[in-house]
Amino acid sequence: MSKQITFSIDGVEVKGKEGQTILQAADEAGIYIPRLCYMEGLVPHGSCRVCTVIVNGKPQTACTQPIAEGMTVENDTPELKEHRRNIIDMLFIEGNHFCMFCEKSGNCELQALAYRLGILSPKFPYFFPKKDIDATHPDIFLDLNRCILCGRCVEASKDIDRKGVFDFVGRGINKKIAVNAEANLKDTNLAIADKAADVCPVGSINKKHTAFATPIGKRLYDVKPIGSEIEERKK
Amino acid sequence: MSKPKIATASLAGCFGCHMSLLDIDERILKLIELVDFDKSPINDIKEFTGRCAVGLIEGGCANEENVHVLQEFRKHCDILVAVGDCAIMGDIPAMRNNIPLKECLEEAYLNGPSIHNPEKVIPNDKELPLCLDRVYPCHEVVKIDYSLPGCPPNADIIWQAVVAILTNKPLDLPYELIKYD
Repeated sequence: MSKQITFSIDGVEVKGKEGQTILQAADEAGIYIPRLCYMEGLVPHGSCRVCTVIVNGKPQTACTQPIAEGMTVENDTPELKEHRRNIIDMLFIEGNHFCMFCEKSGNCELQALAYRLGILSPKFPYFFPKKDIDATHPDIFLDLNRCILCGRCVEASKDIDRKGVFDFVGRGINKKIAVNAEANLKDTNLAIADKAADVCPVGSINKKHTAFATPIGKRLYDVKPIGSEIEERKK
Repeated sequence: MSKPKIATASLAGCFGCHMSLLDIDERILKLIELVDFDKSPINDIKEFTGRCAVGLIEGGCANEENVHVLQEFRKHCDILVAVGDCAIMGDIPAMRNNIPLKECLEEAYLNGPSIHNPEKVIPNDKELPLCLDRVYPCHEVVKIDYSLPGCPPNADIIWQAVVAILTNKPLDLPYELIKYD
């Protein structure tokens, strides 16, 4: 039995277990902290910064920061909302996110976060970068236009599938996902049942022959905002 | 007092957003009680007849005429609304944005698989508006006051937004109406 730890999120007392991160404890308590790169079951690395909260006055990523007795966490504040909005805005302009024909639309976590944050207008000029599409694999295609570099596929392929199909190459604005093969995705040992084929939060890694199966109105985020399932745990 | 005026334009768009505007069905009768239509493809008025309260813009700027029309709208309208994803981020027309314009024109008029063009001429009549190097979202050309996303935006979101603007109410749109597709 691990030790119970009491701390507060936005002035509300939350009880968690020793060793939990702020995000895990908040999830159990039914408090939604927006997140993008984090996924249950993968090693969190705090790279997207969407889950940034203010811990005892300092910004920390909730997915990596362990809870401690008596800590005060700010989550739902206008400043943090603005900060999260800016990150989402920048992710949209950095890639080519054409939602209207994207297979992931309606089930996309990036889009869902934008909806939840109420983003109607873009804030910045669009980059319209040139990106590659790899459709060589029989079951899966990779569209880097929509990649947000969350690293979920890298982690899942390395730690769960034990294959290491994906990794990052390049730095800064030139950073991108590459496949572990001489040429294309078809030359890797990626299989459709792999965890890595399932974790993409956006429409970057897609399973072929499965598109547009769910009608508009019945998709994951059509009616309820992302995070509602966590907030519903709250008594 | 005379009614406020509304103007609409379709730039580099498909007219889908205008179709969605007409999709407000019988509420169009209420709309006519609220506003008079000025320059718009719906009534085919070509030039502004005066100051407008609201301008609805569909589509981004793909050629110099689009830019001219958009600037005219900014000049004549108190509130300018980017309606639909093309106006907001360029959208389908903007898929050419990371391909050089020359390559696009050559593909369309010289090299495409179904092209019959024995003279090998890319249209260059001076009556034709010049294509821009890329498609520009409206907010990169003039100041935009509100955006209504969607491809096309639902008729309800257009209706609620236009009514809110005309009646000086805050734009408080329900979650289910905000869609990027």
